[in-house]
Amino acid sequence: MSFDAAYEALTDHDDDARWAYGTGFADPLAGVDTAVPQDVDRGDLSAYCVALGDDALIMSHRLQQWVTRAPELEDELALANIALDLLGQARLLLTRAAEVEDAGRDEDALAYLRDATGFRNVRLVERADADFAHLVARLLVFSAWRLALLDRLTTSTDPVLAAIAAKGVKEVTYHRDYAAQWVVRLGDGTDLSHDRMQAAVDAVTPLVGELFVPDRVELRLAPAAVAVDPSTVRSEFDAVWAQVLQAATLQPLAAVAEESAPGGTGRDGVHTPALTEILAELQGVARSLPGSVW
Amino acid sequence: MLTLADLGILRGVDESGDRVVVTITPTYSGCPAMQTIQDDLTEALRRAGYAQVEVRTVLTPAWTTDWITAAGRLKLAAAGISPPGAAPRRASGPVPLTLVPSRRAIACPQCGNPDTEEIAAFSATACRSLHRCPVCREPFEHVKEI
Repeated sequence: MSFDAAYEALTDHDDDARWAYGTGFADPLAGVDTAVPQDVDRGDLSAYCVALGDDALIMSHRLQQWVTRAPELEDELALANIALDLLGQARLLLTRAAEVEDAGRDEDALAYLRDATGFRNVRLVERADADFAHLVARLLVFSAWRLALLDRLTTSTDPVLAAIAAKGVKEVTYHRDYAAQWVVRLGDGTDLSHDRMQAAVDAVTPLVGELFVPDRVELRLAPAAVAVDPSTVRSEFDAVWAQVLQAATLQPLAAVAEESAPGGTGRDGVHTPALTEILAELQGVARSLPGSVW
Repeated sequence: MLTLADLGILRGVDESGDRVVVTITPTYSGCPAMQTIQDDLTEALRRAGYAQVEVRTVLTPAWTTDWITAAGRLKLAAAGISPPGAAPRRASGPVPLTLVPSRRAIACPQCGNPDTEEIAAFSATACRSLHRCPVCREPFEHVKEI
């Protein structure tokens, strides 16, 4: 088979739009009962799903940037799989957000056509990792926090959010174990790996405080058990973080001051320049060739 | 052939005359096979003579490897893929953290040696981990219990 024929075989289907970038994917909630419970504010529920979806989407993109750069093939597979899980969570959450919003947007419009100020992700997920130690420290913080949130969301009074969370808990449990095991291996390794792991822990610490600051939407939705007030998972996160750092012979969180998020948090749309850089890469093709398929 | 029913992905079939509604559930949130599974199901059911075919997705209850049938496990093993053991049962309280690579007793699907080692918790797909057998020296994949 010539190269051209192979390409034809790959793309010449009536469903070939799924190969496109940014268009043509089937609604991942197709056929799911997506009624919104009574007494739940649609705007708030949509905004909450956007925030959780944006966290997963941007973290997934940063992880994808490690593919071809990881120290070993096995770790490349691990990072790609974690990125894929998070992308799946992002798709479900952004689709839920768009449906609840009911303003004619879909997951693609939310992912590809918003500017940085429209994103609601925490700033932790935006940072480019200086090295592999920075990556695993950041992934540990992210997944320990997200796992605690998702675990509580399995009893959300929004049945779709509860279902998405129940799947996510199983996935993020693996992500957290992967990151934690690397932090221990590097922290409790050689003098060099220990020092570099400690530097990575110190570098991620200023970004931790923001994760536990509830925003207005979370505070409005939490009393009805639709959302989780993130301040309520702080002690669970701290216990996991302390357990890993102790096993890794690293200095605990208190050694470095947490940033107080001046001017607002990522949940308010206040972001670092790193998000603009990610979006330029993530949205470039979809924006320059709207609606195109290949 | 390993089927969707063997894997526990097929959750229901509702037939009424020339109309059929098939309900499936994803294994992992980001499973890239879902679209292909939907397309193939639709195509196969149309070929089988159904005029109206609908494929629905359910997210809840979340898929668990416990739904893989006994026949499915035998087929996985015959294909050199170690089938999952019982899915973990959560006690109440926070999700437990695992700080050391798992030391589950996973038998080599090639030679049957019961004492193998895990190489990586993630393999070619999210649902499988990578292992090696110190006796026959073969690497193999194991379907992770979730």
